Amino acid sequence: MQGIDFNGAEHRKVTIIGTGPAGLTAAIYSARANLSPLVIQGPEPGGQLITTTDVENYPGFPDGIMGPEMMQKFEAQASRFGADLRWGTVTSVDFSKRPFKLVVDEETPVLSDTVIISTGASARYLGLKNEARLLGHGVSACATCDGAFFREQKVAIVGGGDTAMEEALFLTRFASKVYVIHRRDAFRASQIMQDRVLAHDKIEVLWNTQVVDVHGDKVVTGIELADPEGNNKRTLPVDGLFVAIGHKPNTDIFASSIDRDETGYIVTKPDSTYTNIEGVFACGDAQDHVYRQAITAAGTGCMAAIDAERWLADQEG
Amino acid sequence: MAGDAKYVTVTDANFDAEVLKSDLPVLVDFWATWCGPCRIIAPVIEELAVELNGVAKITKMDVDHNPQTAMNFGIRSIPTLLFFKNGTVVDQLVGVAPKKVLLSKLEALAKQPA
Repeated sequence: MQGIDFNGAEHRKVTIIGTGPAGLTAAIYSARANLSPLVIQGPEPGGQLITTTDVENYPGFPDGIMGPEMMQKFEAQASRFGADLRWGTVTSVDFSKRPFKLVVDEETPVLSDTVIISTGASARYLGLKNEARLLGHGVSACATCDGAFFREQKVAIVGGGDTAMEEALFLTRFASKVYVIHRRDAFRASQIMQDRVLAHDKIEVLWNTQVVDVHGDKVVTGIELADPEGNNKRTLPVDGLFVAIGHKPNTDIFASSIDRDETGYIVTKPDSTYTNIEGVFACGDAQDHVYRQAITAAGTGCMAAIDAERWLADQEG
Repeated sequence: MAGDAKYVTVTDANFDAEVLKSDLPVLVDFWATWCGPCRIIAPVIEELAVELNGVAKITKMDVDHNPQTAMNFGIRSIPTLLFFKNGTVVDQLVGVAPKKVLLSKLEALAKQPA
């Protein structure tokens, strides 16, 4: 924020940060309310749905729809009503007084009377020494994106929830062998998903096991395993390591000003999208660790737009 | 699309001629039809081809039809963007990247002496 000159900066009534279902729904509603929202797309335009395949539970699409296609439709609808979508990532904010200050890509200042936070959540990684280096070269957090590169190869997936089960089953379409690695002796996934995984002849579950590093020079060649206490280290040769250990909310840039819970989710006032700062609203997965669905994100995006519109009207009242 | 410059479609067969033997720096976008994030970056690639016409060569390679090159470069995720200069990989990006980042990388490569 230091060194950025806000004199003459663009000044908006509504700025929306993030373009998953929450942000784009907020954009549709704010645009239709003639608030010409500025929408900063963030590092993953379209959000988590961009990396999914068929969405079969979003009402209105009886035959299902591909995640990326759905997000293109959301975007087209927001643009149609005048939402100003811009590529870039908000890198810092100052909510200490109004108008609020935002900096895009560490250089472009924006002033805004209200801010809608819809930054969503991103896949959590294990934090292994060689994990980041091999990302895209065998390490992945998205089986549906990258599974096809592992035809007739051996892969491992880490996790014990529904996402891990889904991805393990998806990977069996390509891989010759799928190891599911889990720290505990039981999955927390739903029974139906567990049953499918446990019954699959290509899948082998390694219980009470953790991954302590990933090996490979240019591509992944194996992973180092240990028991939960870190003992009994051994190497398992695999060509891919998929990580499905949950998500973390993308709220770090708000840490100093916005109330968050102990895992980083933004706290909103009951039955609203109000945060602890008047004029700043939060919606979607950035504030929801319970439901985390496209439809609930869209629902709270709509709420945030309405909350912002009414709040602005009260200020002008 | 403004202008008539377009990205070059490269294949396993013409990779050597189009990419490795190119006099200009080359960007190769490894993609596939089933890849969601690739759709996000597709319009950026088209714009770069216009804006960097004569400065850098912008190319796309469909990994489903050209598995060999992707395999040789250890690509296991798409989109992956590889930057080539004088026949060698000098930089890479995995996943969606902002246009500005791609532009500045390619412009910097073009300015470097061969």
